[in-house]
Amino acid sequence: MNAVLSPELDTACFHCGLPVPSDSNWVVTIDDVARAMCCPGCEAVAQTIVEIGQSTYYRERDAYAANAADASLVPPELRLYSNDDAQFARDASSCEATLSVEGIRCAACVWLIERQLGRLPGVQVASLNVATERLYVRWNRAQCEPGDILQAVRQVGYTAYPYDAVRHGERLQQASKTLGRQLFVAGLSMMQVMMYVAPSYLAAEDGTLDNNMASLMRWASLLLTLPAICYSALPFFQGAWSSLRARTLGMDVPVTLGILAAFFGSLVATFTGRGEVYFDSATMFIFLLLCSRYFELQARRKAASALERLQHALPASATLMAGFPDNRATMLVPAGALAVDDHILVKPGEAIAADSVIVEGESALDLSLLTGESAAQRRRVGERVPGGAINASAALILRVLKPARDSTLSDLLKLIERAGSGKPQIAQWADKVAAWFVLGLLLFAVAVFAFWSWHDPAQAWPVAIAVLVVSCPCALSLATPTALAAATDSLLRRGVLIVQPHVLETLHRATHIVFDKTGTLTLGRPVLQQTDMLGSLDEKACLRLAAALEANSAHPLAHAILEAAGSTATAHAQQVQEVQGQGLEGVVDGVRYRLGNAAFVAALAGAPLGDTAVGIQGMTPLYLGMQGRWLTRFLLSDALRPEARAVIDYFHQRGKQVVLLSGDQEALTQSVAQQLGIATACGECLPDEKLDFVQQLQATGAVVAMVGDGINDAAVLSAADVSFAMGSGAALAQAHADTVLLSSQLQSVRDTASTAARSMRIIRENLGWATLYNLTAIPAAALGFLNPWLSGVGMAASSAVVIANALRLRRN
Amino acid sequence: MESLYLLIPLSVVVVFGALWLFFNASDGGQFDDLVGPGLRVLQDDDTTPEKPAATEPD
Repeated sequence: MNAVLSPELDTACFHCGLPVPSDSNWVVTIDDVARAMCCPGCEAVAQTIVEIGQSTYYRERDAYAANAADASLVPPELRLYSNDDAQFARDASSCEATLSVEGIRCAACVWLIERQLGRLPGVQVASLNVATERLYVRWNRAQCEPGDILQAVRQVGYTAYPYDAVRHGERLQQASKTLGRQLFVAGLSMMQVMMYVAPSYLAAEDGTLDNNMASLMRWASLLLTLPAICYSALPFFQGAWSSLRARTLGMDVPVTLGILAAFFGSLVATFTGRGEVYFDSATMFIFLLLCSRYFELQARRKAASALERLQHALPASATLMAGFPDNRATMLVPAGALAVDDHILVKPGEAIAADSVIVEGESALDLSLLTGESAAQRRRVGERVPGGAINASAALILRVLKPARDSTLSDLLKLIERAGSGKPQIAQWADKVAAWFVLGLLLFAVAVFAFWSWHDPAQAWPVAIAVLVVSCPCALSLATPTALAAATDSLLRRGVLIVQPHVLETLHRATHIVFDKTGTLTLGRPVLQQTDMLGSLDEKACLRLAAALEANSAHPLAHAILEAAGSTATAHAQQVQEVQGQGLEGVVDGVRYRLGNAAFVAALAGAPLGDTAVGIQGMTPLYLGMQGRWLTRFLLSDALRPEARAVIDYFHQRGKQVVLLSGDQEALTQSVAQQLGIATACGECLPDEKLDFVQQLQATGAVVAMVGDGINDAAVLSAADVSFAMGSGAALAQAHADTVLLSSQLQSVRDTASTAARSMRIIRENLGWATLYNLTAIPAAALGFLNPWLSGVGMAASSAVVIANALRLRRN
Repeated sequence: MESLYLLIPLSVVVVFGALWLFFNASDGGQFDDLVGPGLRVLQDDDTTPEKPAATEPD
C-alpha cells in the first residue's frame, strides 16, 4: 500500500503528507527506516504509534493521517467530562459512552482507534461503527476518565466528543432500522406470494389447476401475506389513523383502505373458496410504497448526521478567573455558569462567552458574525464587547456584564423566534390537493360499489377494490417525495444540506435572491490584493520579510500575508515585538524592520509618505519599512469569491431579482454590488432592518430566497421563504437556515437552483403522467374492465414509471 | 402433483424460518454497520506488532 504514498516521501511528512520544511529535522524511525516529519505534532504522533508497537498502521493505511494542528492535544473543555457525569453511568464499577469520531476515512483508521483504546488501562470494550462514525467505549470507573479516552483518540490524530444520545439523530436511526426490517419482510413476502399466485394466473384458464391445489395456494398466500399486513404495513395504518384523528384525509387513508379491502376480500374468498384473491396485489403494493419511504428516510438520516456534526462547532465553555485581581488562577467552566461580575480570560482565537467589559488588555475583535463588519474592531480597557465576538489578536481579561443567556446572542435568538412564528406555510398545498383527491376517490369508490351491487352484486367487491388500488395517487404520495429525496441526496453529495423539505419547491418559485456580503459573496477574510513597491526590494523579498515578522501573529492580516507568501517564507525574525494597534517590529538577517500602519513605520523609516491616502478605498494598507527607508505597501481587502459573478449572472438570466444586503459600510457594499452587476444594494443594515426589508418584499408578493452567513443573519434567514447558510459561518445560523452549504462554495447555490428547476420539471412530468393514467384507469376500473390484479399491476407500472423518472435526479 | 401438498407447506415454513433468522440477525446488530466488517477483513493479523522488523513492508 505504501507504493501509492511513496513518490513524495522525501519532501512530504510521512505521517500526514504535508510538505516538510527544508530546515527542519523531525525524524521518526519506523520499521527501521528514518522518516521525515513536518512538525513536532506529527513526530509525537508517529512516535506514539511506534512505541505502542503499532507501526503496522503505516503499512495498512491507504491515506495520510489527519493533519489537524491540534492532533496531539485534547482541548481543555473536553477535560471537563468526568466519570461522575450521569450520561456515562452504566453500573457501579464501569462507565460507557458513545462518542462521535471525526475524520474516519479508511480501514487503518478503524484498526488504529480500536487498538489504541484497547491498550488504554481500564478500557473493556471499544468498537467503532464506520457507517455512523460512532465509537462505543466501556471502561472501568476506577482506572480511567473520559478525558483519557478522548486524549487517546486525539493522540492518533482523530477528533472525538461525547455523543448526545437525546438528539433526534438516534431516533432517526432507530426508525430507519425498523423500516429496513419492514421492507425486508414485505419483499420476502411479496416474492413468495408471487410464486404461489403464478400458477393460478398461468393455469386458471385451461383448467389444469384443480380446486384443491388452488385452495392450497390461497392458504399458503394468506399465511405469507400476514407478516406483510401485520408488520410491514404498520406505517401506513399508523399514518392513516393519525390523519383521521386530526380530521384530515392523508395519502395513507386510500392506501390503507386499498390494502385492507384487498386483504379482507381475499380472506373471505380464501375461507369460502369463491371469488378472487388479491394477496399478490396487496404485498406488492406494500413493498413498493415502503421502498420509497425507506429511500427518503436514508437521505434524511445522512442529512441529519452532517448537521449534527456542524452544531458541535459551537463553543460552550469559558475560562473563569475566580480570584481576580488578587490571584490569576484560571478554571474552565461551562458558559452557562458565568454570573455577573465574574472575570473571564479570553485568549486569542477564542470566542467571548457573554457580554462583558474589558478590564485588562487591548485587542482586535472579529465582530463579523454579529455585525457583518469585515474589518477587525479595536477595543480597549473600559469598552464593552458583545458575547459571540472572536478575540483576534491578544489575550483579554473581561468582567461579565450579563449572564450568557441574556447576551446579545440571545437577543438575536429572540429575533429568530419572532421571524420563525411569521413564516409562511407553503409546503401544504400538495397535502390539500391530495386530501380532496382522496375524498373524491372514496366517494367515487362507494358510488361504484353501490352501482355494481345493484347491477351485478358478484362484481361489486372486486370493482371497488380495483378502483381503490388502481387510482392510488402515486404521483403525489410516492413520486413527489421520491423526486425530492433523490434531489436532496444528489445535492448532499455535492455538499448542499437541505434541512427543510420545502426548499426545492420554494426556491424554484423565488422571485428575489437576497445575498449577504461578508462571508457570502466575499471570502470573509482579508486577502492581499496589491503590493506597491516603495523601495528597491522586489515583491518576493518584501513578502518574505513581512511573513517572517508575522509568522507568530494571530491577527487576521497576518494570515493574509502568510498565505500570500506561501512556502517562500524561510526567513526567521528575532526580537519580534507587537505594538497593539500599530504593528510589528523585528530583526531579520540582522536588519530591523517595522510592519504596520503608516505612522508606526514612519517612526523608523523617517519622512512620511505623500501618497498614503491614494487608491486605498475599501482597502486596509499595511506598510513595511527599515531604518531610513520605506520598502513596500501591502493593500488588503476582503476579496470577492471567484465564483460570485457567475452565480449572480445565473440568477439574472433566470429573471430573478438579485439584492445585496450588508451590515458593512455603504461604500464597500456599493462597490461590491457594482463589480457583480447587482442593481439593488443596501449597506449598513442592522439585523432588524434586513428583516424589515425582506418582510416588505414579501408583503408585495415576492418569494424571497436569502443567502447568508453569520449570526446576525439568522433572523432574516428564518423570515425568508427559503434560506441558505454558508457552512463556514456560525452554527446558530445554520440551525435556522433551510439549507446549509457544507462546502462553503457559493457555486452550490446555483447547483441547488438548477436542481430545484429539474426537480420541479420532473414532478410536473410525474403529475401529468399520473393525471393521464388516473383519467384512463379509474373509469376503466369502475366499468369493470380491470380486475384487482390488473389494477395492481397497472398501479405498480405507473409507480415504476414515476419512480424511475424521479431517480433520474440522482445522476450527476 | 401430490408432492406439492408437502412442498408448499414446507416452503411456507422455510419462509417463516428465514424471517426468524433475519430478525435474530437484525437484533444482534448484523445490519448496523454494513461497511466496517468489509474493511476489517483486510487487516493482516499475522504480522505481529511486537516484531515489525521481521516482516518486510509490502
